[in-house]
Amino acid sequence: MHALELPGTSTSALLRAAAGTSTVTGFQATFWLLIAIPLASAAILLLLGRRADRWGHLLGCASVGIAFVLGVVYFVQLAGLPESARAVQISLFDFINVGSFQVNFGLRFDPLSGVFVLLITGVGFLIHLYAVGYMAHDERRRTFFGYFNLFVAAMLLLVLGSNYVLLYFGWEGVGLASYLLISFRYTRPAAATAGKKAFIMNRVGDAGFAIAIFLMFANLHTVSFDGVFANATKLSSGTALAICLLLLLGACGKSGQFPLQAWLPDAMEGPTPVSALIHAATMVTAGVYLIARSNPIFDTSATADAIVAGIGALTLLIGCVIGCAKDDIKRVLAWSTVSQIGYMFLGVGLGGAAYALAIIHLLAHGFFKAGLFLGAGSVMHAMNDQTDIRRFGALWKFMRITWATFGIAWLAIIGLPPFSGFFSKDPIIVAAFDRPGWQGWALGSAALAGAALTAFYMTRLFVLTFHGPKRWTEGQHPHESPPSMTIPLVLLALGSLGAGALMATPVKNWLDPTVFGLPASTEITSVTAHLSETWVTVASLALTVLAALLAWLLFRRGTALTEQPAGPIVTAARKNLYGDTVNEVVLERPGKYLTRALVYFDNKGVDGLVNGLAAAVGGGSGRLRRAQTGFVRTYALSMLGGALLVAVAFLVVRLG
Amino acid sequence: MQPGSYVVLAAILFTIGAVGVLIRRNAIVLFMCIELMLNAANLALVTFSRINGNLDGQIMAFFVMVVAAAEVVIGLAIIMSIFRSRRSASVDDANLLKY
Repeated sequence: MHALELPGTSTSALLRAAAGTSTVTGFQATFWLLIAIPLASAAILLLLGRRADRWGHLLGCASVGIAFVLGVVYFVQLAGLPESARAVQISLFDFINVGSFQVNFGLRFDPLSGVFVLLITGVGFLIHLYAVGYMAHDERRRTFFGYFNLFVAAMLLLVLGSNYVLLYFGWEGVGLASYLLISFRYTRPAAATAGKKAFIMNRVGDAGFAIAIFLMFANLHTVSFDGVFANATKLSSGTALAICLLLLLGACGKSGQFPLQAWLPDAMEGPTPVSALIHAATMVTAGVYLIARSNPIFDTSATADAIVAGIGALTLLIGCVIGCAKDDIKRVLAWSTVSQIGYMFLGVGLGGAAYALAIIHLLAHGFFKAGLFLGAGSVMHAMNDQTDIRRFGALWKFMRITWATFGIAWLAIIGLPPFSGFFSKDPIIVAAFDRPGWQGWALGSAALAGAALTAFYMTRLFVLTFHGPKRWTEGQHPHESPPSMTIPLVLLALGSLGAGALMATPVKNWLDPTVFGLPASTEITSVTAHLSETWVTVASLALTVLAALLAWLLFRRGTALTEQPAGPIVTAARKNLYGDTVNEVVLERPGKYLTRALVYFDNKGVDGLVNGLAAAVGGGSGRLRRAQTGFVRTYALSMLGGALLVAVAFLVVRLG
Repeated sequence: MQPGSYVVLAAILFTIGAVGVLIRRNAIVLFMCIELMLNAANLALVTFSRINGNLDGQIMAFFVMVVAAAEVVIGLAIIMSIFRSRRSASVDDANLLKY
């Protein structure tokens, strides 16, 4: 069904197309509720104001919980459909109808959006639950839940929209919620600045995304997924590449990928549940969703695919390297998020069956990264909001549940079997080596090095936080967090354990046939490759274990309490590999100079011209008004002169 | 008499009136000069009416007379009020409305 129709087609065509896509009635009518329920809850919480303070958090949790239950029901129903019919579309109303530009408010529930719905509502519900306890002492807890629900609604719109305009709508919605939540504690200048930084850097990417949509409409006269994908091969290669790169720019902005990675770590100024939900588990993976969703366009351009994979590999290394040098527990996790999304970009960039691998890694990452962030929040809760890992140590005795769940998530992210990271990350590394030529070596080695570095910095984080000697500041009395915080931790840890099992289920093939147009039997095979699958797995496991052991040996006795002088690489990593410096030198300062030059030009040039003109007219008329003498006879003379002039002119014309 | 003579007379009367307006200061005299010009124009109109053999010019002359009469009424009233306030009928004295 085309949410955006070509000129001349009508609503009846929409209905016919809808009837062709879905076969089971009763399903499609109601899945807009997924978006409507959190949205209604957000509206109630934000509009009722203080009257909702007492029960606001409960409503916030309940709405997402109901959405999760509904999501499971729809997902099961979808699974019951035959494979070729697993894409249910509904059109609610005309969203935009201007001339030949018609956008339908249409939603699409298919395997890809289905798994995202489960991730967003499932992990989202756990984090909502956690936030009840975490935000218990915050007087703006109701507002927080309002923003949180708004985020969930926007994110669901993002993954459920059946055309690029709705995807963009949701995209901006999550951007807004992210901004509001990063600067939730707006009285702290750092939080306010971080919110603005995130918003502005996202604008850069969003501009690219918007131009990509314009290009699609200009060339294909449609922005619906079906319409664009059916005609993707008709695009000229240049246009296709341009659309891909602009979409990639948007994805990089939202997902914190190079060169727009600098905002994501600063976004950790928001409360910890925000970091867990928005800046680890869901919103930042929207870029991966965008590229996976747009795979028919990306498939037309091998160059674009290679660039996506290259950006992913580069970013995962950047994230790892910086992660090794940070001492703030949330910053380490933030850079780790950047790096893990790099793996996902690498996956979607490799194309083919690796699309599904990236999505599975995204799901697994949603569990273990949310678990890590919530664990970090639990630690901060216990340590009076201390975030410096040099000031932790020996916490495992005091917070056993947090320690155990954090440990499971840690093993999952470094990719040890049987935890989920192993099953989702390893195939991506294998697939990277699978690529022919030097690209395979480069991408594969980067992914392998990333795995080792991940093991190193995550082990460092884990050991420094929970083991070794106490290095606390004075007056600390760590204690386990309340059940509303530990229960989500336990469930997320179970998810981190179990998400790996997804690879054993048909979930990979579940995504393949309808979403990515591959035969159901497509498997990752390493026959062409530089290294066989076994060797890659052995190598990555060996590197991971070695790096983890190294980190354990280095940090089991604790670490220096203050920043030590270090070599150039560590210094660079501490300064985020000069990402902010580059932005400042390349963009900010020239921008400042440009605005100053423009102000100067405006004052002297534009204003000078206008003021000069006004002065000339004023001065001229000042002289001219002297002709107004007040003597009637002077006027009479000039009238006579004028009349004579006219008469003479007449005579000259007539007689001459 | 030739109709051309009337036209010449009209031109002479008009010139006398115009010169009078330009060189005299007394508002009353000025006024009479304007009347002279108007009537010169009337004479020309009537003459051309006669030459062309239709009545347009004569009708126009009647209109001019009516307008001139109205103008005299208003003009004299203005001159009267100026004279009352300034004790002078010289147009050069009434030169306040200027730059």
